[in-house]
Amino acid sequence: MRLTLLNVIVAVVIAIGFAALNAAYLVWAERRGAARIQRRPGPNINGPFGLLQPPLDGIKLMAKQLTIPGGADKVLFIAAPVLAMFPAIMSFVTIPFSETIVAKNMNVGVLMIFAFASMGGMSLVFAGWSSRNKYAMMSSVRAVSQAVAYEIPMLITTITVVMISGSMDLMEIVRQQSGSILHWNIFPLLGNSHNILMPMSFLIFFTCTLAETNRAPFDLGEAESELVAGFHTEYGSMGFGLFFMGEYANIVIGSCMTTILFLGGWNAPLPFLGFIPGVFWFLLKLYLLIATFIWIRWTFPRTTIYGLLNLSWKILIPLSLFNLLFTAGLIKVF
Amino acid sequence: MIREKTKLALQKLFPVPEAKEVTTEAAGEEQDKKAVKETRQNGLLERDYAVHGYHLDAQVAPDQLLEAVTLLDEAEFFIESITGVDWIKEKQLEVIYDFSRYDFDLCRVVIRTRVDRTKPVVPTITGIYAGANWHERETHEFFGIKFQGHPHLVPLLLPEDADFHPLLKDFKA
Amino acid sequence: MNSPILLQPDETFILNVGPQHPATHGVLRVKMEMSGEYIVEAETVIGYIHRMHEKMGELKTYPQFLMNLSRMDYLGALGYSHGHVLLIEKASGIEVPERAEYIRAIMVELNRVASHLFWFGAFVMDLGGFSPLMYALQDREHILDMLEGVTGSRLTYCYFRFGGLYNDVDDDFISAARRFIPRMRKSLKKYHALVTGNIIFRKRLEGIAPLSQEMCRKYGASSAVARGSGINFDVRKNEPYSVYPEFDFDVPVFHECDSLARYNVRMEEIEQSLRIIEQGLDKLPDGPIMPEKKPKLIKPPPGDYYQAVETARGSFGIRLVSDGGKTPYRLKLRSPTYSNMHLFDEACRGMMIMDALAFMGSLDLVIPEIDR
Repeated sequence: MRLTLLNVIVAVVIAIGFAALNAAYLVWAERRGAARIQRRPGPNINGPFGLLQPPLDGIKLMAKQLTIPGGADKVLFIAAPVLAMFPAIMSFVTIPFSETIVAKNMNVGVLMIFAFASMGGMSLVFAGWSSRNKYAMMSSVRAVSQAVAYEIPMLITTITVVMISGSMDLMEIVRQQSGSILHWNIFPLLGNSHNILMPMSFLIFFTCTLAETNRAPFDLGEAESELVAGFHTEYGSMGFGLFFMGEYANIVIGSCMTTILFLGGWNAPLPFLGFIPGVFWFLLKLYLLIATFIWIRWTFPRTTIYGLLNLSWKILIPLSLFNLLFTAGLIKVF
Repeated sequence: MIREKTKLALQKLFPVPEAKEVTTEAAGEEQDKKAVKETRQNGLLERDYAVHGYHLDAQVAPDQLLEAVTLLDEAEFFIESITGVDWIKEKQLEVIYDFSRYDFDLCRVVIRTRVDRTKPVVPTITGIYAGANWHERETHEFFGIKFQGHPHLVPLLLPEDADFHPLLKDFKA
Repeated sequence: MNSPILLQPDETFILNVGPQHPATHGVLRVKMEMSGEYIVEAETVIGYIHRMHEKMGELKTYPQFLMNLSRMDYLGALGYSHGHVLLIEKASGIEVPERAEYIRAIMVELNRVASHLFWFGAFVMDLGGFSPLMYALQDREHILDMLEGVTGSRLTYCYFRFGGLYNDVDDDFISAARRFIPRMRKSLKKYHALVTGNIIFRKRLEGIAPLSQEMCRKYGASSAVARGSGINFDVRKNEPYSVYPEFDFDVPVFHECDSLARYNVRMEEIEQSLRIIEQGLDKLPDGPIMPEKKPKLIKPPPGDYYQAVETARGSFGIRLVSDGGKTPYRLKLRSPTYSNMHLFDEACRGMMIMDALAFMGSLDLVIPEIDR
């Protein structure tokens, strides 16, 4: 693909479109999924299966007045929701949906995505700090400790995968997992690493994704039974809407990364299924993971803040460090 | 039997001869009927549980209150409630303390004390039963009874600035 | 995890939890002095929906006051009415037919199950789990339908009369109740599988907010708050009233003193209530539901009467001071949650806010019942 300005703009627009569409319709999916789990119909009035609900909600949110609380830091207050949405969208630029569908592949794709993911935490801090609300403030303090605690095991696990693949290029990482399900990084029995601890790595990564995206059972930032609505207590109208969409865009990014790093990206699970286009497999894996996100959210109660931090510092970080050493040893031996 | 023990302990509060003070059930009933018409004397009554729902009924002077409640605390009673009654005809306010037990040795004790309507002051029992705090605040706001020594005697259920006592019989809304 | 921390006085801030807050289940306000996530000092402010039922009791005649009782606790209303009618019957010497007492017990227990189900859902929701509420409400709906068929209302019942009942149960009710018991047992198993065994759920409750027996006694706690602290206290057993001595049921007591113990007590109580309902339906005698001879005008003789009953929320006491008139001279309502809630201020010191709110959920608060 020749890199022209037009190409890049088109790619970015498509990425934004994909992100926004996903974010909007994941809200619908979440509400329908929750309703299914709770034995009730869910949104089913607007359009077939309630499919017009997200755009109507969007119109409603946009039509509302954006109120800024007195004494709030206006710049940060307005910047925070944008900051919640923007990194998530930017990350889509480098996600390879298949061998050909990628906006802009880079040889440091992993690095870029984690750089943007770290910015997501900033939006919570800004929102909580600038709202001048004690609940929001407490929430942003929680968000910081949570972000610090969970980025470490997440990055260590990612480094493990990068070490196996020997590349930070997302496409290269996926290509190395081609073959069957046994070549994927989650069960790398036939792949280029024979690390039997990789399923554990996958679980660590997935747990960290849940925590990084502030999803239940780790949604301590917006623990509504304690902190009312956490960092977005003071937000209404589209400010709230952006936070809401940002959360779902982040889920999509998190699931994309899990798919790419562990589940073989666009690769088919069995070689003879290779005739089906890669993008199908990618999206299948992606949405299965997202369904798991939704399933977990509506099944588990919330953890405590100390339970969350204990889990990270006492369990996940030592385990992921051990796995890193073990992998390094395996690479050296074989 | 805790009932006997408590009875004996509470009797010591009343130095008058026993025969006169601890009345039998039948006499208690009679005295009870009279009590509406005339002020009951301080003393201990044994009540018919099937009719009244409690066993011992002690009316003490306000300055004996702490002593009586301490006795019950030592006997491991729990506090049920504190309330007041406005005996407007006798120009008196009555404070009623209910105590009961967690074990199966059933014994309900009622301690009551009467104070003058114009100067309703009784000592607080929050030092003995921490749970009396709210009950006393409630009695204070409803009847205007002052609990001397109470740490935080402000209205609880009524608005913070309430200066009326709705359960007094001469209260007009 | 919950050890109190030492602080400089200038490091705290005041957090107003309520009067409108998702965790307070109504208009309850807790003024918390916080040091970060830790509570240094808490002061509960109640009375936002105070309606002065006690004054209404003095102004209304005895039958007129019947409906007030169910407005106190809208989740377990029948238990409160039961206390009231038992008191007035005791005071004025009205005989209650046996069938009426049995039906009362069955109804109260059904109402208790409904109340506990709602508490179960709301409690798990306080902890961040949404789905159990929907399941619990669905089971509760069966009970409300049954009660509606007999009593005529779903929430604020006015079903008991002095001496008996307003309406006899029909075959529909009996068959529905019989169908309900096995269904509820099946649901209970599901709840235990879904919630009780959940590791996150257990971690959030185990060892949280220990209440000593001494503290329960000083505050006069009852219901699951006392029974979760190893106190075997249930008015139905300790001070038998109505037809409860006829039933074979256990009082669940847990000795861990923590929030999980309080949860376990209530879940076990649902099962025990089902046992009572089952036995009540088996033993239900035939006969009238109102006494043949009943005074036209209820005027208890002068005196002081007290009646305690075990409602869904604990030991409810009602005191009548009568002067022989048409209206009570004084009617005191001792609500159990009032005492249970009072514990909160002292118990939550040094706790983290999320534990404190989980603890608050385990107290099973119904605010109108505290405020009366």
